[in-house]
Parts: sequence; structure tokens; C-alpha cells
Amino acid sequence: MIISVRDLRREFVVRRPTGRLRRTRTVVRAVDGLDFDVDAGTAIGYIGANGAGKSTTIKMLTGILKPTAGSVQTCGLVPMRDRKVLARRIGVVFGQRSQLWWDLPLAQSFRTLAAIHRLPETGWPARRDELVERLDLGDFIHTPVRQLSLGQRIRGEIAAALLHSPELLILDEPTIGLDVLSKERLRVFLAEQRAEHGTTLLLTTHDMDDVQRLCERIIVVDRGRLAYDGTLPGLAARVGAERVITLDLTEPAPPLRDVPGTRLVDVEPDGLRQRLSFSPHETTAAAVLARVGQLVGVRDLAIDEPDIEDVVRRLYLGAPSVGSSDGGVHAEQ
Amino acid sequence: MVDRLRPYRELIGSRIRSQTAYRRSFALDVSGSVMVGLVEFAEVYIIFANVDALGGLDFAGVALVFALAHLTFSVADLIIGHLDNLPTYLRMGTLDAFLLRPLPVLAQLVTSDVSLRRFGRIAVAMIILAIALPMNDIDWTPARVALLIIAATAGTAIFAALFLAAAAVQFWLVEGREFVNAFTYGGNYAASFPASVFAVPMRAFFTFVVPAAFVAYLPTLVLLDLPGPVGLPQWLGWCSPVAAVALWCAALAGWRAGLRHYSGAGS
Repeated sequence: MIISVRDLRREFVVRRPTGRLRRTRTVVRAVDGLDFDVDAGTAIGYIGANGAGKSTTIKMLTGILKPTAGSVQTCGLVPMRDRKVLARRIGVVFGQRSQLWWDLPLAQSFRTLAAIHRLPETGWPARRDELVERLDLGDFIHTPVRQLSLGQRIRGEIAAALLHSPELLILDEPTIGLDVLSKERLRVFLAEQRAEHGTTLLLTTHDMDDVQRLCERIIVVDRGRLAYDGTLPGLAARVGAERVITLDLTEPAPPLRDVPGTRLVDVEPDGLRQRLSFSPHETTAAAVLARVGQLVGVRDLAIDEPDIEDVVRRLYLGAPSVGSSDGGVHAEQ
Repeated sequence: MVDRLRPYRELIGSRIRSQTAYRRSFALDVSGSVMVGLVEFAEVYIIFANVDALGGLDFAGVALVFALAHLTFSVADLIIGHLDNLPTYLRMGTLDAFLLRPLPVLAQLVTSDVSLRRFGRIAVAMIILAIALPMNDIDWTPARVALLIIAATAGTAIFAALFLAAAAVQFWLVEGREFVNAFTYGGNYAASFPASVFAVPMRAFFTFVVPAAFVAYLPTLVLLDLPGPVGLPQWLGWCSPVAAVALWCAALAGWRAGLRHYSGAGS
């Protein structure tokens, strides 16, 4: 058991000025009674909407924040009390906050980190070379971090967090802002690290693909509480993680009500744009397209994956449903 | 022992390398800090163009006070002065990064920056000290030599503790840099002049609350064998280590409370 969380709570006091001198004091429960365990070697997706309490949980797992109540153990240690011992056994990457020295090149940062973790001079260069090769850092290892692109910097951050070969790697939104190719390379790398070194992964993300590709277990938090704990297919079965295919037709057509395995979501008045939802377990996008193609010409199409916010919302509503006319990935924007 | 210090040697080394990488801006920084030291001394010089004595000291005596205060302040500033970056670190999440490394937070903060430009001010203070010491009529005994060394060390420790206390307060104030600068830079200003020029309440404040008088003025009284003003007997000049230790205890307690507040109240 690498993480053990029991009835974990964390409150914040928010003071807001009301009037010239008065301030109201509100207690916000960021984490409100979480219970879960993580076995060593697992890859776990920790997901939830913004403000659901993900970062707060991570800060309590790593010893940055003290729980208001309940207990947390990471690598068998109490994070706040054993912060320095724990720091040698875990690696943490915050996608939106750099832990590197912005004015130093990665090569220098690695040297400094090796010294900080007191890694033996005989061992760490080999580990660094492995990370440089796998994460493809060679081209910019001597460039100051502030001149790197986002994708390059994140790869550097991950290498920095893994240099001391931690048992547990915690990633907070590691793929945020990355292009599709960078995301994919990162996922492949993380899966490799896990396979080769048995590293436990805990990642928070907004990207359903991250979860799908990397995690065998998902924990969904909503307003600080556990909303779901299980596998991704289990979650999909519960909330009906359906994809929505938007078809732009070459000519107006009657509503496409009888395509097997799909449900018609909406039709624009002229019949030129129609949206169908389908479950990936029942049919495929290709099959849907083939069937529609027999009825009418398709000029263009787009497929929207259900996003985390959507899944969480549906989980909360407790009923499988499909987005309305404005459903899909961009529903929240 | 050597291996225990390896993280810090590496951290400081990396800071120095990053600064000297830009030679021209480094040279400008140093000359800027030399200018600041000279302008501040010019203030003392101008005062003495108009009066013969200040708070019972002549020009040579005041120059000695000024040099001691500036030397100790600028050494403390070099070692620990960048602690006033703490509000930025809190905002940027740098402190969280420190908490994720297996080293004490304070040690990481101290080694997070070495502003080599501050050597400019140290150099100015050393030169003024080298000129002021022979200008004064000091009866050099082994005790007085020891006192000068003790005063310089304790004075540096006093300013360092002031910086630390000021940083600790930032955990609660967040945007209080200007407020706490009043105590650090204000302490330096108060220490640069004989405490006898201040009215009694101010004198008491800068002796027993912010112990700036212990840095330079009181040791100078001992060096010159002068009686102190009302409330500040000469023997207090030997007590600067006591003031330094007391202030360090308070500052460290404040720092620990601040860190606890941070992890308790969060960002």
C-alpha cells in the first residue's frame, strides 16, 4: 500500500471584505472525507472538475499541506512529519508550476538535483542518460529552461522528478497545453517507466485520453468527496461515456434516426448538420459513417470525446444522458 | 561533513554561475551597489560640513559607526537579504517546490540566491572602516580588538535575524514587503547613526526592540572609551552577542510559526 487515505478533510478559511471594515469568514471544505488506498505499482487517474479538491489532496499527500482532519500515509510515512524522508521517495510534477531553475540549462539542474538528493556520483549519470534518451532531451539539454517550449519544459520537469528514481510519481495536469504528439510521447514514456521500474503513477488530468491510455483505476472527486472509484469501463458503463459524431451533409436530409447503435441527438433546421451519439462498445465511428454514407453524402465530420467535466457532471446527476444540442467536448467553453 | 554540505555547495555554485554568465549586467549591478554605499556616506559627510559633533561623536566617530553598520548590514544582506523574495516565492509556488525537496526550507531559501552585486556595498563599507579606524584615537588593547571582531560578527547576526523575522511576517502579510523593509532597511539606517541623536523612546526602541544600537554605536562607545547617553551605559557595547542570540531565537520561532501557518492555512 503506497498511499492510504482515511476520512481525509481539509478546510480553508476564506475572508472576503464586506463593506469598509467588515470581513466575512467562510469555511470552504476543499476535501471532505476522502477514503482510498493505492497499491504499489498501480497507475491511478485522479480526476474531477476544477476546484474539486485534486490539488489540495496532492498537497496533503506530499506534505505541503496539513490535513484539517483524518489521516494520510504516503510510502508508509506521515507526509507532514516525515517531509524530507518522503521527498526522496516521491517525485512530483506540477504542469503549471515549474520546479526547475528558470535560468539554468537542464544539464545543470540535474546536477543540482542529484546533489540535493545526495545521489551517489557513480549512479546518477546513468539514470540521467536514460531519461535524456527516453524523453529526447538531448537537443536542448544545454539551453536555459526559460528558453524552452512548454512541451520541452514539461519533459524536463518529468525527468527532474524521476532522477532520484522515486517509487511514486505524482503528476498534476502533466499534459495541459501540450499538442497531440507531445501528449502521446509523454504517455508512452510514462507507461515504459512504470513497466520497467514499477513506478506507481498518480495523475490528475482533464484529458480523458490520458486516463484511457495510462490508468487502470480512476478516482473521481466532486466537491471534495469521492464520486467514483473503479475502472474506466466501469465508469463508462455507469455514466454512458458516449461519443458524439457531428456530420455535415452535402444536401439536406431527413433526420438520421435509424443508424444502428446510435441515437440522434439533434438536427439543425435545414437538415444539413446532424449529430449522433454512440457508445464505443456498441459500434465504431467507421461503421456509423459507412451507414450514413449509404443514405446521404458526408462533407465533413467531427467526433467529440466525452470530457472529464461532462463525465463528472453526469456521474453527479446519476443518470446516463447525452449532451444536448451543445454537448460534446466544448460544451463548457 | 563535506558530503552533508554537497547540496548547498551545488546550489550556491549554480546561483553564482547563472549571474556571472551575463558579465555586463553583472558589472553594472556591482557599480550600482557601490554608488548606493557612497551616496549614503555622502549624507554623513554633508551633515559634518555643518556641525562639529553628532550625538557626542565627532566625524571620525560617526564614520566608524557608519562603517560598522554598513559592513554588517551588507554582509547580512549578501547571506540572507534575498529572503524578502518570499512573497514572490509564495505566489509562484516556489515554496511548494522547496517543500518537495529533502532539505530544510530555510536552508534552501538562503542558498536560493547569492547576489554578488552586494559585494559592492561590502567593499565600500570596508574602505570606510579602513579609513575611520586610524582616524579615531583608539587605545588598542587585546580586549578592544576582540570587541571589534565580536561586534562585527554579532552585528551581522542581528541584521540577519531582522531579515529572517521580516520574512517570517510575510507568511501572514503576503503583500507586506514595504512594511517589513521599514524594519530591515530602517534598522540599517538607525544603526548608521549614533543612537544618542534619537529621542529617548526611539533610542529605547532601536536598542531593545530592534537592537540596531548594538550593531555599531554601543561597540564604538567601548572602542573610544566614551560614556553612553542616558539609559545606554557603555558596558552594553559588550552585549551585542546577547542581543543577537535573543533576536535569533525570536526570529526562528517566528519563522517556524510562519511555515506552520503556510501549511496550515495554505495558499
